[in-house]
Amino acid sequence: MEMRKGNSVGSVMVVGGGIAGIQAALDLANSGFYVYMVEKTSGIGGVMAQLDKTFPTNDCSMCILSPKLVELGRHLNIRLMTLSELEALEGEAGDFTATVRERPRYVDMEKCIACGMCAEKCPRKVDNEFNQGLDRRKAAYVKYPQTVPLKYAIDEENCIYFEKGKCRACEKFCPAEAVDFSQKETTHKIQVGSVILAPGSRTYDPKAYDYGYGLYPDVVTSIEFERVLSATGPSEGHLVRPSDHQPPRKIAWLQCVGSRDLQRNSHGYCSGVCCMYAVKEAIVAKEHSAEPLDTAIFFMDLRSYGKDFEKYYNRARDEHGVRFIRSRIHTVSPSIENGGLLIGYTRENGEPAEEQFDMVVLSTGMEVPPETAALARKLGVALNHYNFAATNAFAPVSTSRPGVYTCGLFQGPKDIPFSVAEASAAACAAAIDLAEARGTCVQVKELPAELDLSEEEPRIGVFVCNCGINIGSVVNVREVTEYAAGLPNVVVTHENLFTCSQDTQEKIKQVIQEYRLNRVVVAACSPRTHEPLFQETMRSCGLNKYLFEMANIRDQDAWVHQKEPERATEKAKDLVRMAVARASLLKPVVERPLEIRQKGLVIGGGVAGLNAALNLAKQGFEAVVIEKEEELGGLALRIPHTIEGLDVRDYLHRLIAEVRGNGNIEVLTGAELSGFKGYKGNFTSEVRTRDNQVHIIEHGVTIVASGAVEYRPKEFLYGGHPGVMTQLDLGAFIHDRASEAAGWNRAVFIQCVGSRNDENPNCSRICCQGAVKHAIALKDLNPDMDVIVLYRDMRMYGLLEDYYSTARSRGVLFSRYSRLQPPEVAGNGAGLYVTFTDHVLDRPVRVSADAVILAAATIAADTERLATQLKIPRNTDGFFIEAHAKLRPVDFSSEGIYLCGTAHGPKLITESISQAMAAASRAGSFLASRDQTIGGVVARVDQSLCAACLVCVRNCPYGVPFINDDGVSEINEALCQGCGICASECPAKAIQLAHYADDQIMIKVDALLKGVV
Amino acid sequence: MRLSYPTNIRIIKVPCTGRVAPIHIMRALEKGADGVFVAGCLEGDCHYQTGNLRAKKRVAYVQEILKSIGFEPERVAMYNLSAGMGPRFAEITMEMVEKIRLLGPNPIRLKGERKEKAA
Repeated sequence: MEMRKGNSVGSVMVVGGGIAGIQAALDLANSGFYVYMVEKTSGIGGVMAQLDKTFPTNDCSMCILSPKLVELGRHLNIRLMTLSELEALEGEAGDFTATVRERPRYVDMEKCIACGMCAEKCPRKVDNEFNQGLDRRKAAYVKYPQTVPLKYAIDEENCIYFEKGKCRACEKFCPAEAVDFSQKETTHKIQVGSVILAPGSRTYDPKAYDYGYGLYPDVVTSIEFERVLSATGPSEGHLVRPSDHQPPRKIAWLQCVGSRDLQRNSHGYCSGVCCMYAVKEAIVAKEHSAEPLDTAIFFMDLRSYGKDFEKYYNRARDEHGVRFIRSRIHTVSPSIENGGLLIGYTRENGEPAEEQFDMVVLSTGMEVPPETAALARKLGVALNHYNFAATNAFAPVSTSRPGVYTCGLFQGPKDIPFSVAEASAAACAAAIDLAEARGTCVQVKELPAELDLSEEEPRIGVFVCNCGINIGSVVNVREVTEYAAGLPNVVVTHENLFTCSQDTQEKIKQVIQEYRLNRVVVAACSPRTHEPLFQETMRSCGLNKYLFEMANIRDQDAWVHQKEPERATEKAKDLVRMAVARASLLKPVVERPLEIRQKGLVIGGGVAGLNAALNLAKQGFEAVVIEKEEELGGLALRIPHTIEGLDVRDYLHRLIAEVRGNGNIEVLTGAELSGFKGYKGNFTSEVRTRDNQVHIIEHGVTIVASGAVEYRPKEFLYGGHPGVMTQLDLGAFIHDRASEAAGWNRAVFIQCVGSRNDENPNCSRICCQGAVKHAIALKDLNPDMDVIVLYRDMRMYGLLEDYYSTARSRGVLFSRYSRLQPPEVAGNGAGLYVTFTDHVLDRPVRVSADAVILAAATIAADTERLATQLKIPRNTDGFFIEAHAKLRPVDFSSEGIYLCGTAHGPKLITESISQAMAAASRAGSFLASRDQTIGGVVARVDQSLCAACLVCVRNCPYGVPFINDDGVSEINEALCQGCGICASECPAKAIQLAHYADDQIMIKVDALLKGVV
Repeated sequence: MRLSYPTNIRIIKVPCTGRVAPIHIMRALEKGADGVFVAGCLEGDCHYQTGNLRAKKRVAYVQEILKSIGFEPERVAMYNLSAGMGPRFAEITMEMVEKIRLLGPNPIRLKGERKEKAA
């Protein structure tokens, strides 16, 4: 195989198998690049695998991650190298030689069947790091039950054989002869074109604080608490405190442990996620607790700055009764009276206080481990003063070494969706470098031809899942499996611990072949997340993927009937009986390859849209940008510089010049979308420009980057006094009339104007940093100026916290106000006065001001028409809704349409750039993919039954059916969306929806109610 | 969210409530279900634009038929909620179960029981 084209190699190395690394690897492997995934531990999954739930949707973390792990593990174009570390990187961008050291697993991965016998027989117990040392594992172990690869490993450091030269119990008992003590460390030299560093971070060790961590067992870190809550954790999801395994009645969370603190080996930055995970843990703990549980979060500023986070915080406080205590903690000590823990703290007004709790959770921050910093230095990758990879706000995923990119926590503190978006952005950057070598290193999947089963009787296999204890602890899975065996057409049944694990897929394949199955039923979790995985397994055995049916005995049974195990078991049997009955009527459904137009339409010519177009074009695809204004640049035109001091206008000029100069990009300004039709891969847009010219654009993908707007305040005399302005106004003012601004004696910033109120419950994310940025700028102009920031919570997340510290050290005064007591602004001729209640003095203060600067909210642009044209959803605040809040941050659920920038929610320029690159990566992946199909679940007309009554023509919401030349109805399968409305309306029953034909629906009813009447 | 709801609910998946035809609902009642409800997206939020509105009409149509044959139309209902409204789903199931309990079992089942007694 030709491994390169021109000067670049068509493969990429991704270092780190957490969610960021996984996303980057999948994006690249799905778009024509071979990926080497280098993971230090014995399995991928990273920190996300350790989390119980994720905010703000409370999705089960493992449940949403697991399909990605499996997809990566089985990907033909990803080589997963575990127990491996990158040692050295020679060469340059496009052509690197990486040296990877692989430590021995002492288990032959080809032979290991993951039965767990080695762990059972291993006599050595050690702390289980996956459960943060809260329980023990053996020296022969598997990282966690759903890890990939699901293969055991022998931990050399703790193994008795390596210590004393004898034991080898694992080897003796292994039924597969997989244990191999002769394995040696190996070194690989691998040629790659780009490298993505996603090594993640670690939890700060809080022993240095006087919070009793390490002394009192009931003081735990947040990640330990996640394990306590998790069904696969040390207490199997039962909320108990470590000291006596009794359920706690009162739990406290202490925020900013190891963050926002320059003492005790701590860190100056904000870790960005701890406020939200503490709120989540408090809510989930309450849900886990049989008795009422009191929860209190001790915090400085509650930083719920992400999309829909503020609403989550409000719900926690108002509906779940989580207490929020603004305070500084000094000590945690044992209570002498009844064994609890006493928290000594200072209230906001300076009064000392104390309160007793049963358990204390330390919201520990994240930090770059020294070994990661050492790796970066070895690779010649520059670090910032906190050891995060040094990047530029306008090139957020590029490290100092060309060809080496970064994403996730090594880039800086952030949450999962921003890590995922950044991972896609890094994949985009890597793909651009290697655009000419796309497709040169990959293997093409050879799927066996689909077997013709039309003459065969149904032969059904039923796989019933325990889902760890998720199902098994409520439903009697053994009983359900035995019941399934007696159902018509069932030839084999199996009970699995985790039906979704990779080794079970292998088992399912074997069973399909051994029993010549032609239908498969899985009774487990939700088809929403897991159906594609099982369908792929079937397809690899030559079975059409539609010959599959799931019975949801977890989400729709075990989880919702936890207190009624017998009835839940009966229900599971019903659900399995219904699924088996339907399976016997399933027919193969054909999907055909989709032709994809190699062009993208980008809606919006601001920072996000321009970056999306440019990054798409640099990957080798054509792009059309449409902007409704005459000028490109969007909201950023009104921002002179970033908080880091970078010149935004200069950046925009360069960006616009690059876009205009790129031969792959067409720019239409003064242009609006006037028509949109088609489907993924084949959209046709009609764009009308102001001179009334109509452009017809045929494109395969659509990227929505329609931006947001600044709220026009109705409060605080805005518009009624020239001294009252918004942050954007101030930016322009400082830029244009600096000497006038320098003459001010006092400037007062008021935060949360039009945000975090009843009308707009959201936090606008960017205004705290805006205030700090401008406050510092004003101090630069005139160090003697009084600058006051009136805020509710200073949300200087991540590395922004540094600028908050700088502002305070420069003498900017920060005073908190409560929502119930907002500041008042009064005008008196040219004079302006602000009255506010200081939180320490607790009395009103009146000051004169030359300027009052309002942090006006960032609100959604008017996109109602766009949403209707593209049929894409918006939330109640008018921002577009991504396909999944955590793992699909830049996709829409409609395929071929992507989202980036402030159209998704308020965000910084650097975050918009990341998202734009991510959208370009996802769009590029789609354009480059060869396995997109059409057909499937679509309606078909039996023309011999059609009376041409036009009911389908009138009722189809998409206008697809038409009366053809033969005088009967015809439906274009590429346009049909598969809703089934026509099938249900057709009076002659001439139309059936594939996979949901009447008999395929009604047999479920019949099976459910069999024998009732 | 794992909110508990009554155990006597069984869900049949369709791609859109637009695919639910009157015959599907009637079949369930004929086979002895005590009640049937159709759970669609919020009005205006149908992924397929108008599927839930079609379903609403069909449910009303089935209710008319039921009335005309002396069957309680309340055994059939249409509800609208989004995928993000777990608590509402639990509430609806409880509401529906409560309503059906007051109505008692499906009369078709009673007829079946009478037959058994007679035999």
